[in-house]
Amino acid sequence: MTTLPAAEADTELATVLAQHGADRHALLQVLIALQDRLGWLPRRTLAALADALALPLAEVEGVAGFYRFLHLQPVGRWRLLFSDNVTDRQAGSRELMALLCERLRVKPGARRDDGRVSVDATSCIGLADQGPSLLVNHRQVVTRLGAGRIERIAELVEADTPLHQWPAEWSRVDDVVQRADVLLGPAPAPGEALRAALARGAEATLAELQASRLRGRGGAGYPTAQKWAACRATAAAGRIVVCNADEGEPGTFKDRTLLRHHAHALFDGMGIAAFVLGAQRGFVYLRGEYRWLLDDLQAVLAERRRLGLLGSAILGQAGFDFDIAIHLGAGAYVCGEESALIESLEGHRGVPRIRPPFPAERGYLGLPTVVNNVETFCAVAHIVRHGGSWWADIGTAQSTGTKIHSVSGDCERPGLYEYPFGTRIGRLLEDCGARDTQAVQVGGPSGSCISAFEFGRKLAFEDVPTAGAFMVFDRSRDLFEVARGFADFFAHESCGFCTPCRVGTELVLRRLGKLAGGAGSRHDIDVLFELDRLLHASTHCGLGATACNPLRDTILKFRPAYEQHLQSLHFAPGFDLDAELSTARALTGRDDAAAHFER
Amino acid sequence: MDSPGHRGDTFRLDGEEVPFAPGETVLEAATRAGRHVPHLCWAPGFAPHGSCRVCLVKVGTRTVAACSTRAAPGLEVTLADEALTAQRKSVLQMLFVEGNHFCPSCEKSGHCRLQASAYADGIEGPHFEEFYPDRPLDASHPDLLLDFNRCILCGLCVRASRQIDGKAVFALGGHGIGSHLVVNSTTGRLADSDVHPDDAAVGICPVGVILKKRQGFAVPIGQRRYDLAPISAEARPDEDAP
Repeated sequence: MTTLPAAEADTELATVLAQHGADRHALLQVLIALQDRLGWLPRRTLAALADALALPLAEVEGVAGFYRFLHLQPVGRWRLLFSDNVTDRQAGSRELMALLCERLRVKPGARRDDGRVSVDATSCIGLADQGPSLLVNHRQVVTRLGAGRIERIAELVEADTPLHQWPAEWSRVDDVVQRADVLLGPAPAPGEALRAALARGAEATLAELQASRLRGRGGAGYPTAQKWAACRATAAAGRIVVCNADEGEPGTFKDRTLLRHHAHALFDGMGIAAFVLGAQRGFVYLRGEYRWLLDDLQAVLAERRRLGLLGSAILGQAGFDFDIAIHLGAGAYVCGEESALIESLEGHRGVPRIRPPFPAERGYLGLPTVVNNVETFCAVAHIVRHGGSWWADIGTAQSTGTKIHSVSGDCERPGLYEYPFGTRIGRLLEDCGARDTQAVQVGGPSGSCISAFEFGRKLAFEDVPTAGAFMVFDRSRDLFEVARGFADFFAHESCGFCTPCRVGTELVLRRLGKLAGGAGSRHDIDVLFELDRLLHASTHCGLGATACNPLRDTILKFRPAYEQHLQSLHFAPGFDLDAELSTARALTGRDDAAAHFER
Repeated sequence: MDSPGHRGDTFRLDGEEVPFAPGETVLEAATRAGRHVPHLCWAPGFAPHGSCRVCLVKVGTRTVAACSTRAAPGLEVTLADEALTAQRKSVLQMLFVEGNHFCPSCEKSGHCRLQASAYADGIEGPHFEEFYPDRPLDASHPDLLLDFNRCILCGLCVRASRQIDGKAVFALGGHGIGSHLVVNSTTGRLADSDVHPDDAAVGICPVGVILKKRQGFAVPIGQRRYDLAPISAEARPDEDAP
């Protein structure tokens, strides 16, 4: 079924290694390519790969086991992954998944006995504006799911209809730009910004960037020029430019559009970075969920090579040699953290590094490395064309320029909205046609949950910072369930490296499950607060530190949403006597009244 | 306590001067100076790992891991702090509920750093609900037993095997709450690996995962290392580990 004869697997391995080279740092890319051909990663093949790369098998197994999209056990030939963002759930994704499972007679997360299909949920796949959606075989999306589409999908899977014969309309992804400013406006000609940088010179270009006071768009808001300057000041045999296209924050999809329609601006920005830093190698780390964008992006890179915008002596400038490779992720939110991303680029488990040293000093293979978000590089391209002071005049003093917001949830006009920084949350709600809004989750689960009395607050680093997600919840929504969905996300995405995040995110999820089951007490809310404080103070990286943000915000601002789930405002034990009897019931085959604990 | 050296730099740990050599971490320097900072995933001679988060200290207002914080002149480090102790207790309790730790029946009882750390902080119960994971043993090796129920994922065996033994017997696998230790052999069983009972990777386990067979309870309970003196009395931990 999904297991190929050994000889065939060996041939596939040889082919993949010929493509990627027997390079230890290509391990993740090799594993992805291998799975592509084999459907999953049999142990025997991993052993052969370990031999070829002169690595311990355990290490190869450790890397493969880290990524959610790599399978060490057989999976269905058809792998259908439902996007499991809170907005997807609110649009009925869970019911649709249950329906598909029923039609295909398969349990969620399990492989059907005949090996044909497996159905599961996965973290937000970057289509919150046109969900519910799903990912087929890690390489094609189906958007705007409804019961009708699900029925048809079940038929196509049963008939083994090849993906390219599925209705093209199903995979249509609209990039709806509701409000464009600089970044989403008309795209400049390929290479225009890079030419401007060359004309200015490296020092002057960096000075413009400094003057622009551009801050990183990935969430942390670190001054871009400062990062570049630190990288530039570190003596090294080479420097590396990395674009973080691991757009994993649930509810965010702006990079998807930038990658599809503004790739030249992005690559211009990376080229400018290479020019300023004297870097020769660049990487785009593209999240596995966006694999369907890969071919188009490769085509843009090829076009740029033809245009002399990549390769050696770029734009005729002797000594300016730079090229970009695209590396795929494989389902790990934590790889959006820049040092975890670098670990992943090097073919390791995507565990964040101890910092300092920061990547600008010691990054990819120990070389000084600049890692910037897709939107940041696009902004650089515009800044270099128009000048730093032009950019600095947009937005606020501490948050210059514009910011793209990915709007989803309860509103009439979801899509992308680009505003100068400092725009009121209320303004954005008006523009997107949100009514009767109860709350907005700004910046995704790791951001903040904003309630109605705060809608006058501004989207800016100094007030409500955001990496770009803007999820709207109207008064019909249960914010407890919203927080529970986010807790699910963090528990699912914890890398497992440090104790408080690995165990704490799981404890939070279980505690919320207890509340949802109606067995909660006020004590549970106290424990949740305690876990929030602990994770904030003690985790190895920002994922764990922010994992309880939605929880804390919603408990503080929407406490009734929690209290309605409490069985009593007094202590109630976490121990459920009746549940404890379930094993005995299963063993004795009894389910009569006397086999249940009397409440 | 070591005298505050005029010759070298010092930082302050709970108000007392601790000398350090260039490049040392707060934990390394404190340990060398005979000060006990609770920790599980680090041992002298190893690079910081930063995973267990038991060595939490405060530097100014920030809570950081002492193992991955570079010592710097004049640094004010706080360890004795009520809130920190409470947080450390929670982290230890998390390690307990995540695995299956039944101290009374564990061969490592009295020699176990997790147990000793819990005693030192006055932990009397799990506090959080136990996960009771299903983790089969690996008893395949003639001389060694792997009881994964007690694994705290400190990675010391992984690093000791590479760094000291020049092998790669262990690695970390999986992700999230499903993270686990992986054995390097074609079958994944210890018997088929190149481990040797005298390997540093075997001796370094701070808890009761990697055990030697037929050596159970050679030292009676009550006379074991941490039965005799608390873990905080260790001036130089791990030098004479069992």
